[in-house]
Amino acid sequence: MTNSSNLLSGAKILLECLVREKVECIFGYPGGVTLPLYDALYEHSIRHVLVRHEQNAAFAAQGYARVTGRVGVCCATSGPGATNLVTGLVDAMMDSIPIVAVTGQVSTKLMGSDAFQEADTFGITRSATKHNFLVKNISELPQIVHEAFYVAGSGRPGPVLIDITKDVLQGQAQYVPVTEVHLPGYKVFSEGHAGQIRRAAQMMWEAERPFVYAGGGVIAGNAHDELRALVELLDAPAVCTLMGLGALPAEHPNFISMPGMHGSFAANMGMSHTDLMVALGVRFDDRVTGRLSAFAPHAKVIHVDIDPAEIGKNRHADLPIVGDVRRVIPKLLAEMRELAPSMQSRQSAARRAWWAQVREWKTEHPLAPETSETEIKPQHLMAEIDRLSGGRAIVASDVGQHQMWAAQLIRFNEPRLWINSGGLGSMGFGLPSAIGAQFARPDKLVFAVVGDGGFQMSIPELATIANHALPIKIVVMNNGYLGMVRQWQELFYNNRLSEVQLDSFPDAEKLAGAYGFKGRTVDSVKEMPAALEEAIGEPGPYLLNVKVSPFENVFPMVPAGGAINEMVLRPPQPVEV
Amino acid sequence: MQQIISLLMENKPGALMRVTGLLSQRGYNIETLTVARTLDPTLSRMTITVDVEPNIRAQVIKQMNKLINVLQATDVTECAAVNRELVLVRVRTGQQTRAAVLKEAEIFQARVVDSTTEGFALEATGDPEKLDEFVGVMRSYGEIEVTRSGVVSMSLENKKLRLAPPVRFGSGVDETLELQHVD
Repeated sequence: MTNSSNLLSGAKILLECLVREKVECIFGYPGGVTLPLYDALYEHSIRHVLVRHEQNAAFAAQGYARVTGRVGVCCATSGPGATNLVTGLVDAMMDSIPIVAVTGQVSTKLMGSDAFQEADTFGITRSATKHNFLVKNISELPQIVHEAFYVAGSGRPGPVLIDITKDVLQGQAQYVPVTEVHLPGYKVFSEGHAGQIRRAAQMMWEAERPFVYAGGGVIAGNAHDELRALVELLDAPAVCTLMGLGALPAEHPNFISMPGMHGSFAANMGMSHTDLMVALGVRFDDRVTGRLSAFAPHAKVIHVDIDPAEIGKNRHADLPIVGDVRRVIPKLLAEMRELAPSMQSRQSAARRAWWAQVREWKTEHPLAPETSETEIKPQHLMAEIDRLSGGRAIVASDVGQHQMWAAQLIRFNEPRLWINSGGLGSMGFGLPSAIGAQFARPDKLVFAVVGDGGFQMSIPELATIANHALPIKIVVMNNGYLGMVRQWQELFYNNRLSEVQLDSFPDAEKLAGAYGFKGRTVDSVKEMPAALEEAIGEPGPYLLNVKVSPFENVFPMVPAGGAINEMVLRPPQPVEV
Repeated sequence: MQQIISLLMENKPGALMRVTGLLSQRGYNIETLTVARTLDPTLSRMTITVDVEPNIRAQVIKQMNKLINVLQATDVTECAAVNRELVLVRVRTGQQTRAAVLKEAEIFQARVVDSTTEGFALEATGDPEKLDEFVGVMRSYGEIEVTRSGVVSMSLENKKLRLAPPVRFGSGVDETLELQHVD
């Protein structure tokens, strides 16, 4: 007979498993079917952060995961709670961010009856997750929880959802800690093929115009030191994608900024002229490549990625290496060093010419901030944030023009400082992800750099920030427009500005004041730097609403479908203000 | 072109949904799909034919192999493999054509599974092209109804099944997965 004192509720078993996964913090929102879980959380050591909307729980969990590299956790109830998580899950899927979402489900006996707050979470989130689970039997719960964390955090990371029925959460069972996880169909290829690595090393010495294209995979794999060593040994110009910013320090002499649609002239010209592209943890996204058929036309491609399906998906890889960048790069370095005596100097003349060309591109059209005597240029604002950050602050961005200017102009000298929704481009991401980041790194200066559009999508989270007195510096780049959409309407839709003007932005001082913290609006270019300094000097949260020149657009720009060497470098015509 | 994929997968709830969802999500059109348990009741064997451009065939297989419930996805389009399908045909016949229909059925090695004064129900197996011909011939005798099973495929090559080993809890991901690169 089972000793009843050894029995635990499903909710408690879940929390035991989370403790074993070293979870310290959950972002969530309670509801009917998760009542047993919230009862178990009462006075539990795991911290629960009550957000104001489930979507923001997923974004906050992502912020936490992005700055720590650990699995972030969010939680929602059945039905609307679960469906509200979906954007955050797809966002994590696109950017390969490890999060585990726990959702409640109606009791097993009610499933399929269109019960109150019932939704087919398992079906809805199939394509929104790396993998998902439905737990209808309490005996499976511990195994599934550990499988979920293992899948989320290993290989190419991603979101995993566990849907747990109410009867499982409130049922009782003996808790037997799991000792191993076995997913026979889940194969992770991390080592890289030795022969391929040797050939890659050879190709790198043979190249006349080598080029390193590093992405989010380098950050996910914690391979920033390895990347730096490779860039230095090969002595090639290097770019980091929007997802990879910080993988190579922005101040590194070989770094030539971000490539792609709003990338630097040097980055895009480099890609267009290289004869050997060393692609590390990247997926040849359309925002990087522009028109694929015209992308890197002279280059052989060495593609290292942990996900075999990324290899050859968009661009043919002349030399594929399936593996973890952190495991593969040191092996590449060893092979290169071995070959160095006979090969290193072989292309030295060509390499010198290549670098001269790259430097010329760099000086020809640098990513320099625009400034004005009379108004605050958004680029100027980013340059000031950059000055105050010194390449060390965490910057959580929303989506749009400000995101591109921030990516172009704020330096990141370490990985895991730049947090943004790269693949999905989810507006409303900035503020909640800053919350997750600040919980993960209470010691760090965290900026939420947001537009006036995205900020208003996540405005309820001001309450969460106030609640925990999180010292986040919210900087609203306020141009009164959905700027990026307007930019496209100006350029490609005959300047017919349709539904992009955002009037009635609230008074920042009163808004912040209503939540009990400080805020102000600044519209004078002379006062702007001091206003930012004041925000940073404030020990608590700060809402700084910066009125920038409304009609500024992001350049350089590669029009959709264009080749990346056909950049528009400045506004096509003077813009009337 | 038609690509034939053979999948060995865990017989778990939702596994079929993952496969079909993946195919529609990536824009691959399913032509046929069959699934049944293997000798090991925890596993299922699925044969899918999809209509894809030849240059993305490898990508389809890679995406399938990423599904955690899929133990092995194999492209059997150009492998040594046996591909078979079953078709049931109801054909209406008048008195004067009954004998001819039976003769045609015999040529295709089809069996009569039901016979009435109005006609026959016939069952035939074979590769899909042969069944197309059979259906075409039956059609020439008048109105017919057809139900096809979809292709089942068995590879005749020895393909080693590679499975991920168990991972000890808390041992860390890096140390535990030392799988060989598979080209």
